[in-house]
Amino acid sequence: MSSPQVPQVVAPRGAPPGQSSDGPDETIPARRPSSIARTFSRGFLAKILLLAVVDALGVYVVMAAWAQESFGILWAMVALLVVANWAYFTRRAIPLKYILPGVAFLLVYQVFVVAYTGYVAFTNYGDGHNSTKEHAIEALLAQNEKRVEGTEAYTLAVVEGAPGLGFALVNDGEVRVGWADEPLADVPDAVVEDGVITEVPGWTVLPRAAVLERQQEVVDLRVPVSDDAEDGSIRTQDARNGYVYRSTFTYDEEADRLIDTSNGLEYAPNDEGNFEAADGTTLPVGWRVTVGMDNFVQAFGDTRYSTPFFKVLAWTVVFAVLSVVLTFLVGMFFAVVLNDDRIRFRRVLRALLILPYAFPAFMSYLLWRGMLNRDFGVINTVLLGGADINWLADPWLAKIAVLVVQVWVGFPYMFLICTGALQSIPGDLVEAAKIDGAGRLRMWRSITLPLVLVATAPLLISSFAFNFNNFNIIEMITEGNPRFADASVPVGATDILITMVYSVSGLDGGAAKNYGLASALSIVIFIIVATISVISFRRTRTLEELS
Amino acid sequence: MRRSIPLVAAALGAALTLTACSGGGDPAENEEPAPQETEAADDGGSLTIWVDETRQAAVEAAAADFEEESGTTVELVLKNYDDIRTDFLTQVPSGEGPDITVGAHDWLGELTTNGVVAPIELGDKAGEFADVAVEAFTYDGQVYGLPYAIENIAIIRNTALADSTPGTFDEMIAKGREAGTTYPFLVQVGETGDGYTLYPFQTSFGAPVFTQSEDGSYSSELALGGEGGTAFAQWLRAQGEAGVLSASMTYDIAVEAFKNGESPYILGGPWMLGTFEGMDLAIDPVPSAGGQPAQPFTGVQGFFINAQSDNQLLANDFLTTYMATEEAQIALYEAGDRTPALTAAADTVAADPIAAGFRAAAENAVPMPSIPEMGAVWSFWGTTEAGIISGAIEPAAGWEKMVADIQAAIDAA
Repeated sequence: MSSPQVPQVVAPRGAPPGQSSDGPDETIPARRPSSIARTFSRGFLAKILLLAVVDALGVYVVMAAWAQESFGILWAMVALLVVANWAYFTRRAIPLKYILPGVAFLLVYQVFVVAYTGYVAFTNYGDGHNSTKEHAIEALLAQNEKRVEGTEAYTLAVVEGAPGLGFALVNDGEVRVGWADEPLADVPDAVVEDGVITEVPGWTVLPRAAVLERQQEVVDLRVPVSDDAEDGSIRTQDARNGYVYRSTFTYDEEADRLIDTSNGLEYAPNDEGNFEAADGTTLPVGWRVTVGMDNFVQAFGDTRYSTPFFKVLAWTVVFAVLSVVLTFLVGMFFAVVLNDDRIRFRRVLRALLILPYAFPAFMSYLLWRGMLNRDFGVINTVLLGGADINWLADPWLAKIAVLVVQVWVGFPYMFLICTGALQSIPGDLVEAAKIDGAGRLRMWRSITLPLVLVATAPLLISSFAFNFNNFNIIEMITEGNPRFADASVPVGATDILITMVYSVSGLDGGAAKNYGLASALSIVIFIIVATISVISFRRTRTLEELS
Repeated sequence: MRRSIPLVAAALGAALTLTACSGGGDPAENEEPAPQETEAADDGGSLTIWVDETRQAAVEAAAADFEEESGTTVELVLKNYDDIRTDFLTQVPSGEGPDITVGAHDWLGELTTNGVVAPIELGDKAGEFADVAVEAFTYDGQVYGLPYAIENIAIIRNTALADSTPGTFDEMIAKGREAGTTYPFLVQVGETGDGYTLYPFQTSFGAPVFTQSEDGSYSSELALGGEGGTAFAQWLRAQGEAGVLSASMTYDIAVEAFKNGESPYILGGPWMLGTFEGMDLAIDPVPSAGGQPAQPFTGVQGFFINAQSDNQLLANDFLTTYMATEEAQIALYEAGDRTPALTAAADTVAADPIAAGFRAAAENAVPMPSIPEMGAVWSFWGTTEAGIISGAIEPAAGWEKMVADIQAAIDAA
């Protein structure tokens, strides 16, 4: 359960220090010593110290971001650091000192996440469009550079000479050397010991450490076998062995075309983030591009999804509403009962009732799944005396089972907040009602319930929003099953919107991953939840007027 | 001034949080150590390898040798095996990925489509591996990983309860009933089904998932429908009615029951062996249910190299020189009980009858398809099987609908 978020209103205490006459900005030399003595109080030192730590961490982040070339993070961090330092050293930003940490959290956890999801929703990020165009080109070139069949493996050494790096390799007992611009040629008098080239006249054989220092260069080096490019070129992947490779693809940077040299086909980049030939064939590795509303169109335009979507939407609303209502009713019932002075061992009983809340929800879900097993579960075999009830395979029973588990896991939370609310009801109100001759029911209806609702309504709304997206309970107990018999997509009777998104967009491994589609659907869910929450919060204001 | 202390503390908290999310430019990335920059390589450079718990110790041993000989620092990052595939896919493009990761061959289609894995040239070493292992890691004519283990399912037999496994399913069930145990035979199904474990029975009806060409590679043409598929679906229903197969039989329940001697046979893989320690076991090939040979899936595990790695050379050297040794592959076998992919290592461990049994059962096995289309199969396959077994789905029509749905999903992708 999400915890309540109560807006903190901090009342300013006393006058802001900036208005005192002995601040450090006073420039009268005679007063300076005393001013410093005052300002460098323990509090000021602590502030300096803490800000120094904050700044140090911030600078570390900036440096890490620089090394990773994540410039977005870098500039965001620089801006935050500047604002933080300014806010805590200036005398003009009293309110900012209070709200800055909150705003920073809001930016990182809410605004950034929502904005990023929104951005992804308009891209085709997913399988086949996983990275940038540069990476795609690199991958396509690498995947199409293949070892020439039937060629030998050569013992190889990396050598350095006037033209730069080169390869020396042993061929039929002879050592041959070549570099990027010059094909292999025999070098007499080279020394080979135990199959390792140790000396090549005119070249320095690079020791291992030197090779590793320049490994990117070594990996990128291609030494032509002969003047004929068709013969391929030597490359090495481990600086010990060399093989003959031939690349079937070249990239023409100026024209932005990938050319298949084996058949002359030219592939041009298209709007979907793929290289496409004139005849419409595309290359498998693509890149991320923005695709406008395509994801939203796909989400609602695919007929395979439209029928199950509305069923799933309906069940999601029912599940979220019933989750809140049932847990609240059960929780309030126990709270009211245990609030009665006549009950003995109230503390023990309260502690017992909170137990399901103390138990990790994940474990509860898994245990319940086992208990609901048709042939081996405790519920069928023990509690129902060997009944053959297929709890998780029948659409209605599965829905009921999920709700039962939800009540078990969720009622202690409601019990807690209701107990708190009940105990805060002023005793004189109750007494006054008694004097006025109100009956138990009347008192309950006119005093207890409204007051409890006023206190708990915001929590109920947040609980609703939480359960609307309660992915864990569905995924851990039923995985959305049983499947709809009439649907052609992997969607089932207990699927709620978020678990449907999970399977539809392939995040569960059941289809090609499509983060763009997943984000688009998440945005739709966000809008639904936000709308319902806003309306509900508006309505609760009328409740507040009661008290 | 004093009262601003809590605020500064809060700001500190905020900054700490920012630090924690400093990598947050990419939501998928987590608290992995940053990959080493090449310029930081003052001696022999450094390698980051993702491993899971089972393989950690074995890779550690090989890495220690490598570190000693090359002066390279090897950093092993322990990851949950289930997270590796997705994390590798999302972190490689952002430059956060490891140099090497463990993985399985059936990821290959997805990894190459996304361009995150680099080809490896095994050279003459290729001949030292089992053919199926190298083939499994070959995609479009290139090898993309160093295989180290082959795994497949087989019949694990409790020798105290049965002296042999007959060649056909019905005979095995009959023999299992003779043993007088609670179950004649155990196989996990679960409410969501298990296409992988039931696959040998399906192939024995002549209904492989995709058509396979001569060289063993799969086309994207579905083959699990037709008469063979229908016959298999009807067989599933019949076994469900007879109580031999049950959708409530989960992995945990099946393994526990076998461990307690409640059945002479269980269909499963080497990953179960740890639970059965101390039992007297024999491993037999899967009997045929439909008349044709029962072909389980072969999964090959191996190491992939990050296509964006700055340490290609080191990574290749480590894999081809240090992980392709008999010693390293045997260490991996001891850690995970899977048949080594290196033939010499497999021969060495074949002295163990259990290992030899799994290897013999693999004779008929076919590699699990690594083509991206396979993803669309999983989500329909298991649930349909479970539904047919429990009687919720009509066998012939349900199977046909499943094939049509899978085809639609493949076409839509």
